[in-house]
Amino acid sequence: MYPERLKYTEEHEWLLVKEGRGIVGITDYAQNSLGDVVFVDLPEVGKKLKANESLGVVESVKAVSDIYAPCAGIVKRVNENLFAAPELLNDDPYGEGWLVEIEIGELAEALLTASEYEKFVAEEE
Amino acid sequence: MVEKLIFEKSVSGRRGHYLPPLDVPACSVQEAIPAKLRRKKTPVLPQLTEVEVVRHYTRLSSLNYGVDTGFYPLGSCTMKYNPKINEDVANLAGFSQIHPDQPAESVQGALELMVKLQQYLAEIAGMDAFTLQPAAGAHGELTGLLLIRAYHAAQGEQQRDKVLIPDSAHGTNPATASLAGCQIIQIPSNGQGEVDLVALKRVVGKDTAALMLTNPNTLGLFETQIAEIAAIVHEAGGLLYYDGANMNAIMGYARPGDMGFDVVHFNLHKTFSTPHGGGGPGSGPVGVKRKLEPFLPKPVIIYDRQKQRYRFDGERPQSIGRVKAFYGNFGVLVKAFTYILMLGGKGLKEASEKAVLNANYLLKLLSQDYEQPFAGLCKHEFIVTPPKTKEGGIRTLDVAKRLLDYGFHPPTVYFPLIVAEALMIEPTETENKSTLDAFAAVMARIAQEAEENPEILHQAPHQTPLSRLDETQAARRPVLRWKAD
Repeated sequence: MYPERLKYTEEHEWLLVKEGRGIVGITDYAQNSLGDVVFVDLPEVGKKLKANESLGVVESVKAVSDIYAPCAGIVKRVNENLFAAPELLNDDPYGEGWLVEIEIGELAEALLTASEYEKFVAEEE
Repeated sequence: MVEKLIFEKSVSGRRGHYLPPLDVPACSVQEAIPAKLRRKKTPVLPQLTEVEVVRHYTRLSSLNYGVDTGFYPLGSCTMKYNPKINEDVANLAGFSQIHPDQPAESVQGALELMVKLQQYLAEIAGMDAFTLQPAAGAHGELTGLLLIRAYHAAQGEQQRDKVLIPDSAHGTNPATASLAGCQIIQIPSNGQGEVDLVALKRVVGKDTAALMLTNPNTLGLFETQIAEIAAIVHEAGGLLYYDGANMNAIMGYARPGDMGFDVVHFNLHKTFSTPHGGGGPGSGPVGVKRKLEPFLPKPVIIYDRQKQRYRFDGERPQSIGRVKAFYGNFGVLVKAFTYILMLGGKGLKEASEKAVLNANYLLKLLSQDYEQPFAGLCKHEFIVTPPKTKEGGIRTLDVAKRLLDYGFHPPTVYFPLIVAEALMIEPTETENKSTLDAFAAVMARIAQEAEENPEILHQAPHQTPLSRLDETQAARRPVLRWKAD
């Protein structure tokens, strides 16, 4: 449920770091708690983000939630497929449902490993 | 069964009008109207007889549910009965047949009513001045925060842009703060469901614009430490904003102005018995302490003692400007004014007393089957959560949907956000004991059904024209209008 290759935040985002770039999404736990996602708002390409700053919004039938940047940096790509097909976030949160790609400046403090995140989620429940 | 739209009922050639034979020379559309003004295609309009149209809309109106049809315990919305005398008075020609562009000289009675309503509201709120312009509660909030920002700017303190909001607040509070260009700092609630003072002290400072607070809060609990809260915010140089959504609990008993609030809004469509929901529009007057009066929206209505006349005064250099065309939703103001006069000071106080009594009576009945997250007495509304069952519990959504089968409007659900599976119930003072007993009996029966036959809840409602709607598809692929094939 929580792939080993990813880093996690307590706000339920995941970060995949690869050659100075980071891909950001929300975890399976997050998409499951949100329920059916119906709208996704993402930043403009080129936007400078601070770590822990809100980078966009995910809206489900139940709630509207901010997505926080797990690292500082510059937005390089956003997943435009989500605008027409927000259900990708529910169907494939670690793949087709990715949100943004960031050129990493600095990582947020205290990112969690998969097992730490799993423990965190278990405590939250 | 899905109701047919009037377009789908159309039959070509049917009509509801019969014109007499032409008694002037015929003139074709082509001759009478220049080509560039003519539409290219005939509009697709429904074709039906008069009786078909009347039956269509009468039938649809009978599918509606309102406070005139039944009990409507929607928490924080104060769905009290709206006495029909309010409508009678608002329909008087002197109120309903006037135009806002008429000279002030010719609408003296209307202006007097507004000035007096401002005075009554100021007395109820413990404030010094009121504006009646805002069209609803959230509009009042925005007006209030703009007043607060203007006040800080006039003190040379533009840097005050943080608004502190408890986690139990109405969603409009953070939305308003954001729209007013402020940043939001959320204050957690303590174990008693009240503002956590330690957390509040930690975040107040030179950048604090205001604290927005509802009292009693959305858990139906009075913030007992309000004096201390006010002192903490004021010492830091911030102001206090009172969200008046729950004013129905305390009229005549406590005044926001005496609690230390600097700005308040009231929802006339909640507390003062003017229709809302589909029956609106609303009205969200804003009251302020003297130091904020110069910033109120203009024009203001003043009484010229010398001429013994009311008039509009636009000479307000520090005003935040107009927030609404003309002067608010005037018809609503007339209804609220009527309500206040009909009840009088004693009557308003009694309304609050009965609202709190009804809520506590109903809470007592429901707490036999439902969980009560905060022990003790409530004010005008309360929170319960569904009972634990052997299956592991039922969901609030199922309870709400099942209530429809028994002919009741469901309460507010899944709010406030700090209580999981919340059912937020506000009976108001206008319901009698037998209605409350009947509602409690149905809630008990639903709790029993949850234990014995949970499936009936999961599939509810069974008696409405449509059962559960596909909210996901409605949001993802909305069909917003009918289109001809």
